Order: sequence, then structure tokens, then C-alpha cells
Amino acid sequence: MFAFAVRRLLVSIPVFLLSTLLVFLLVAYGANPLAQLKAKNPPPSQATLDAMAHTLYLDHGLLARYWHWLTQLLFHGDWGPSVQSATDIGHLLRSSLTLTLRLVLLAMVVAVILAIVAGVISAVRQYSKLDYGITLGGFLFLSLPVFWFAILLKQLAINFNNSTGNYFLQTYGSGTPGLTGWSAFTDALGHLILPTVVLAMSSYASWSRFQRASMLDVLGSDYLRLARAKGLRRGRVMIRHGLRTALIPLTTQVALDVAAILGGAVLTETVFGWRGMGTMLINGINSQDTNIILAWLVVSAVIVILFNLVADLLYAVLDPRIRLA
Amino acid sequence: MNGTPRFSSTPTPSSAVGQPVLAVQKLTVDFPTPDGVVQAVRGVSYQLAPGEVLGIVGESGSGKSVTSLAVMGLLPRTARVSGSVRFRGQELIGLSDKQLAAVRGRKIAMIFQDPMTSLNPVYKIGYQLAEAVLAHNDVGRDAARRRAVELLELVGIPFPEKRIDQYPHEFSGGMRQRVVIAIAMANDPDVIIADEPTTALDVTVQAQVLESLRAAQAETGAAMVLITHDLGVVAGQADRVLVMYAGKPVEIGLVDDIYHAPQMPYTLGLLGSLPRLDVRSRNRLTPIQGAPPSLMNLPPGCPFTPRCPLAQSLCEAREPDLLPVAGESHFAACHYSERLRGHPDPAELFAQTADDTHLPVEFGARRAAEAGPAPSDVATMEGALDRGDAEDGEEEIL
Amino acid sequence: MPELTAAPPAQAPRQGPDREFTVEARSQTRLIARRFVQHRLAVASLVVLVLVVLLAYVGGALWKYGYSDITPDNSVPPSSDHPFGTDNLGYDEFARVLRGTQLSLQIALSVALMATLVGTVWGAVAGYYRGWSDSLMMRVVDLILTIPILAAGALLTKKVQGVGWWALALVIAGLSWPAVSRIVRGQALSLREKEYIEAARALGARDGRIIARHLLPNIAGQIIVVVTILVASAILIESSLSYLGFGVQSPDVSLGSLISGSDTALQGGRWWLFYFPGLFIILICLSVNFIGDGLRDAFDPTQQRVRA
Repeated sequence: MFAFAVRRLLVSIPVFLLSTLLVFLLVAYGANPLAQLKAKNPPPSQATLDAMAHTLYLDHGLLARYWHWLTQLLFHGDWGPSVQSATDIGHLLRSSLTLTLRLVLLAMVVAVILAIVAGVISAVRQYSKLDYGITLGGFLFLSLPVFWFAILLKQLAINFNNSTGNYFLQTYGSGTPGLTGWSAFTDALGHLILPTVVLAMSSYASWSRFQRASMLDVLGSDYLRLARAKGLRRGRVMIRHGLRTALIPLTTQVALDVAAILGGAVLTETVFGWRGMGTMLINGINSQDTNIILAWLVVSAVIVILFNLVADLLYAVLDPRIRLA
Repeated sequence: MNGTPRFSSTPTPSSAVGQPVLAVQKLTVDFPTPDGVVQAVRGVSYQLAPGEVLGIVGESGSGKSVTSLAVMGLLPRTARVSGSVRFRGQELIGLSDKQLAAVRGRKIAMIFQDPMTSLNPVYKIGYQLAEAVLAHNDVGRDAARRRAVELLELVGIPFPEKRIDQYPHEFSGGMRQRVVIAIAMANDPDVIIADEPTTALDVTVQAQVLESLRAAQAETGAAMVLITHDLGVVAGQADRVLVMYAGKPVEIGLVDDIYHAPQMPYTLGLLGSLPRLDVRSRNRLTPIQGAPPSLMNLPPGCPFTPRCPLAQSLCEAREPDLLPVAGESHFAACHYSERLRGHPDPAELFAQTADDTHLPVEFGARRAAEAGPAPSDVATMEGALDRGDAEDGEEEIL
Repeated sequence: MPELTAAPPAQAPRQGPDREFTVEARSQTRLIARRFVQHRLAVASLVVLVLVVLLAYVGGALWKYGYSDITPDNSVPPSSDHPFGTDNLGYDEFARVLRGTQLSLQIALSVALMATLVGTVWGAVAGYYRGWSDSLMMRVVDLILTIPILAAGALLTKKVQGVGWWALALVIAGLSWPAVSRIVRGQALSLREKEYIEAARALGARDGRIIARHLLPNIAGQIIVVVTILVASAILIESSLSYLGFGVQSPDVSLGSLISGSDTALQGGRWWLFYFPGLFIILICLSVNFIGDGLRDAFDPTQQRVRA
């Protein structure tokens, strides 16, 4: 088992390095860091442009730039200069990442729990009214644009707050500055609820359908029937033999969807005005700030690869057949 | 309750010795489907005496598996079951899941067809065995584990103390089936239902699994219902045989009676399509023409009529009842069973309806002349079982 | 799927061993169509989708206002003259929603077709050949999939801003095909072990022919379902990108860009600018999803199996 984990970890490293290359090429093609400077009025002098180009290491070839950027990052922890000279990317990244991780992790936990419950109920009570209701609800959330749902919830919360005078549910920003201790916690929670609900719902929709299908598969299996033939009660069979085995594919599915969740977080943060990774990315793209965009993409790649690694290990823990591989 | 845990069943009071351990009466199972109602089982009745082995034989679609699943209460919720199934006088149809769970695995145990999917892949073998024990006995984990090792030994799995901590995927098909048999006998049941236990296995492995079944029966003293489509398996194991066709029993009797003097054309046809070297110079196998009928919208009359060489207009009009034909234990459902008295040759009887005219009639005789004497260790299932060819302890063959 | 073949009922043998085969022949397509029709929700969704398409194109062409026409009525709630109201500049919302629907549908359909084409070929080849070529091809897929589609999409659509809606479709398709290839590869892997593939190879068929004539037709059902999923996801991605300001640019409109400024409108009580575009997105996605579900069941019905 340990050997398996080590092997998977080692394989992740070249994957990470390759993704940095891919991401670098993508940004090099997609973004022009001098655009914002050039668009200034009055237009800057050639000398200014050259100076900026030099700071951004643009006066070298593509691969040289990649190497420079990569080595600076890996060996010095330096994310490179921003187009806005005052911005320290590393600092910006740290504050943005804490906020986004808070949101993403909570949303994933909520979505997984809800999806398992809904999927199991749907499967066990297949074709009942409850099943149809849950399935229809799932379809609805699958078809709902994240940003539209976010705006809707925001407005509903504003109406609710105005009518009840209770302002626990916050609709803008990630927190009120200047608070400490318990009040800081409840304040953060109030700001967290709506964005979490929005982000969780879209993942919940697809995972619950997946879990339902997986559970149905297991419910029709021979070993489940043997467990009942042994004289075990239905409930115990369902959980010990049914759910335990049906959960295994979900781990892979959740890992596969991490990238999509990070995308959803971008939308959610935009609507709710959070200064997280999403806003950082949008601003970066709008100002064509290559190093910021690169920083976002690298961090998101690390998160995705990490989640895939964890999912693989979890899968091996849950399914003994994999451990030999 | 001190001392060693008791895994034996409650002893049978002497007054009840003659009582059948399982009595199935007019069992009917229907499955409503979007295309119509499938009548999978259309009135099965049989009785199982303590300790006896009843073989249920039939093609796919004859209803033999569904019958047993109905006895265990393991049919899907859509199934409509009627009739009566009595275990030692206790009616099982209509019991709640909680009540049935007390019977399953404890009084009546079941073995399923495909050993590759019968065991949960994520739990160790020892866990799955102990689970069966712990479901019906209030004992500690250690006692259950000891019992699990004991069970593995009984079914002939070598190194049980090591094997008990392994996972199903580390076992071969034959050994997995033996584990399933061990699970079935864990609580000393009175009835073991084996649903096609050897169908998914190679011939060499079949013998070993059947050996384990015999051991299970000997150890528990249980009566056994052995469902199969393989007549060779039945011949070696069963005391009585029930032949099913299109959801109904068409013949029932002692093994010897059925095999030497079948009174129903279907049974005769089945025997005739079995390759046997102990019967001289057969030209070729005579299959039964056609296919089993669809269990939806069955026409009136005997369902075997379209394939039966003895069919007359009466057969199309009225379905024959299961009536005694010879002795008190031999029943057959055929209007014309007297025509089968005098041991007719299945090849002759079924050759009339066979239209397989491409092979020359002397094919068998010519081949026999070319090949010389038949090799002596090419055997039928029966022969292999009789000689006890199975070798134990050789895991690689499995 | 079992193919029931026999003589038509009039000639079915009434006597003899073969009298069982009295069911009429049904082609596979008819079986699938029949199963699909049994899904009332899927059929209703198909009707709704057709209506929306007609409304968008025919209605959009016939409507008195164009999507860039400025009317003198500013911020007017829905009325008989402006069924969806107007925005603060006097644009007729109904015309804009219809135009947005047109664009969204065009982009989504193009994405679905392009991504399915590339993804299917990639996945089928990878799954069929296995070995190191499969590993290599799927590593590429995995690599592309580590990048969130929205992020890469935002970056690339910013670059191709103003080129046209087809460039937008190209970008989204380029990011969507890897998911398709994964699904197709999975199917190809399981099907290549089937006996008819082996038989074809034994008969000397070349690989390309086997893939085209034996593998793909059997995955066709799954592929069609994937197409519907892609349409729905493409609409959501495109509207998300447009909402963020990266997709469809003014003066052209997309359902996403219409929602873009509308949260302030909603707060200000001008609800019609928020609900109508959103409703259309939801309606299209919902119908496409239901149709896809119906198709999935039609191609591979999972009924309770009864084993005798």
C-alpha cells in the first residue's frame, strides 16, 4: 500500500511539470502583457515599453522564458513581477487562496453528503414519487447557470434581510474586517452560507445522479443477494454491502470534477464580490497580467493533481483489488 | 450459555421425523412487465424429506431458479407470488423481511450460480464467513473467526488460517464457490438450496465443488435442493428428480426411475441429448427441435406440444396434470405416457421430428471405425464422479 | 439488443417446432424510437426545444424590433408592445433574448459537433489500440483536463474577442473534446474484447475498417447521449463566459451577456431583465438534458432482469 502511494506520488511530479509547460504555452499565446501599457493615453515611449518588457523577461525566447519562470518559482518561490508594479503576486495569492479554499472545500463536503443521501434514497426507492422528485430536482440544478442562481439567491437574501431585519445572511464580500474571535467566526459563516450553497448545488446535481446509478448497479448485484440470503437484515445489507461498494466510484468522480468546481468558484466569487482566486484571475485576464494568470493556473493545477492523487489512494483503500496495481 | 458455542440446529423431535422439511404447494410467480405478464412459475408443488437430495432439472426459462428465489423470499419487489411454502409447517410466503431474515441462512441456506460475483469484493473472506455466523448466533468475534476457519477446512480449502484474511479476488472460481458453500452451512441449516452451483465452472472444478457440497450435506444433515440443467450432475448426487418445463413440473420421481424409465417425452429427449459412452453405437445426438416457449401469453394445452414427437390434438387442447404413472413416487404430466413404457430409444423417437439431414446416417459408425477403440478416460460426468477423480490440495487446477 | 427475426405473422408456421417464432420483425431503430417515445418527459422536452428554436429564428426574424434597435421606451416593464420589457437604453428585451437564444444555440450545436467528432476519433483510436499509444493519448487528455475550462476559456476568448461567434465555439470545443474522448475510450476498451471484433480481425479486416464498421456503430448510442450532454454544457459555459465579459461582445448579445448587468437591475426592481434570459437558458438546458436522458434509456434500457 505504501509502495503504491509512493509510486503514485512520483508519477504526479512529471504530470505537474508537464502541466506547467502547457499552462505557460497557453498564457504565452493567449495573453499580451504589454497590452495594458500600450493602451494608455498618452501612449508610452518605446523606452518605457522596453523597460517593461525587460522586467517581464520578454526579451528572451519562449523556452528561455519558461525555464526562467519555472526555476524562479520552484527554487525561489518567486511568482514573477506583475504588470501593476506595486502588486506582490505571492501575497495576493496567499490571501486569495485562503478565501477560495474555504469556499471550495466546504461546498464539496456539503455537495458530497447531499449527493450520497439523495442518490441512495433515489436508488432504494426507485420509481417512487420521492425518486422522481429528487431526480427532477437534480435535473433542474444541472440546467441552472451558476451565476444566475447566485444572483437569484443574493436577491432573495436581500429581500429576506430587509423584511426580517436580520442581517446574518451576508450577500457581499467574504467578511467584515476588524472582527476577532467568535464574532469573526460567525461573521465569516454568514458570508459563507450563500456562496457555498450556490457552489455546492451544481456539483450535487451531477454527483447525486452518479451515486444513484452506482447504487442501482450494486443493488442488483449477486453479492447483495447473497448477503440477504445469509439472513442479514435489509438495512445492514444496504449499508454494509451496498453503500460501501457504491461509494467507490464516487471518489474518482469527485476528483475529476475539481477543475469544474474551481471554474464555478470563479463565477460565485464574482457575483458575491469575494476577493478570492476567481476575482484574481478575472482581473489578471482583463489586465493581461501574464504572471498572475500563470500563478492562478499553476495553483489550480496543483489542486487538481493533488485531489486526483488523494482520490486514487482513497480508491485503493476502499477497493482491495486495486492495491496490486 | 457457557462453554463452546453451539452451532447445531435444534434436534428434530421424533414425532416429526416423517414430516417433510420443506413443502411447496402450488407456487406461482408472475412478473408484470411493460409487454405483458410473464408467468415464470405456474404451479410448482413438491416436498422435501429431511436429508434427501432433490434435483430440479430444466432448461433456461423453465422457472427452476425463480422457484427457489421465491422460497427464500429474494425475488424483486415487482414479483407477484402466490401459493404456499412451508418450512417444518411454518408458512413462509407473506412473512416480513425481519421474519424471513431469521429463516434465511439459519434454517434454509442458498448457494448461487456465479461464484465470481457472489462474494463482496471489498471484504475479506473471513469477514464474510463470520458475518453469516454472527447474524444468527450471539457469539464473540473470536468464536466466529474460529468457526470460519473450521468451515473452510470442512469444504476442503487448504491453509484456512491464512486464507481467511484474503480477499475474494485472490481465490479462483472453484474455491470461491466452496467459500459460498461454507457460508451456506455455517449455521447448520435444515435445507440447502444450490442454484446451478457448477454451471459457471470448468468440468474439473465441478467435481471438487460437488465434493464440497457432499461434505456440507454430510456435516449438516441438511436436505438439499440441487438445481441444474446438467443431467450428469443430478445423476451422481440426487435421490429424486423434478423435471421442469415452461414454469411447471412435468415429471418427478426417483433418480433411477427417471433415468431408466422416463414417462414424459421431454425427459426422454433430455436424456437422449446427453452424450454417453455407456450406450452402444449411437449415430448422433438427437436434439429436441425448437426452443422453450415464451412465458408470456402461453397457449392452452401442453407447452411442450410443438416440440413433442408424440403430440396429438388433445395435447394442444388441454394441459396434462401431474399424475402418478408407476409406483407411488413417480409422477408425469403427459397424456400419452403409456407410449413411453418399454424404454424406447430417444434417438428413434426424436429422429422423427429431427430435420438434421445433412449428416450421413452412418457417420457415427464410420468415425468409430477410423478412430479405433474409444479412449477410456474420456468420461461422462457420471463416470468422473463415480471414480472420484478429484484431487484435493492442487490449487493450480482450479 | 436481441434481434427478433422471423417471417412476418402471415407466414409463421402454425405447426411444428418453430411455431414459437411468431413475433414480427422489428429493426433496431424502430425499437429505439419506440422506447424513446415511451418517455413522455423526453418527448415533451423535444417539443419544447423545437418550439424554442422556431421562436428564436422565425420569431426573431419576424419581430418588429431588432436586437440593436433603440426604442424610445426606457426601462419599461413587460407590456403588449414589449413582451419582455426594455432596458435602460431602450433596447427591446424580447428581441435581445431571441437573438441571444439564436447565438447560444448556434454556438452550442457547433461545439457539440466539433468536440464529439474530435473526441470520438481520439477516444476510439486510443481505446482500440491500447498499449503505449493509448497511454500517450490519454496522458494528453488528462493534462488538458487539469485546466478548468472556464479559466482557459476566459483567457482564450479574450484573445479572440471580436473575431466572431465561431471562434468562441472553436475555443469551447477545443476544451470540451477531452471529456468526450475519455467516455468513448472507455466504451472502446470494453467493446474491443467482444467476439465480433475478434472475428472481424480473423477475417482479415483492417483496423480502420474495424473501428469504423464494428466499434463505432455499437457506441453510437452512447455518443448520441454525449452530444446532448455537450450541448447543455456548452450553453452553460458560453453564457458563463459571456456573463464574465469574455464571450459574446456587444453590440451582439448572448443570454449570458444579458444577465451580466442585470443584478443591479434586479435590485432596482427591473426583474424582467434578469428572469427572461435566465429562464431561456434553463429551459433549453432542461429540455436537452431530458432528451438526453430519454435517449440513454432508449439505447440501453436497464430493466429488472428475470432469470429463470
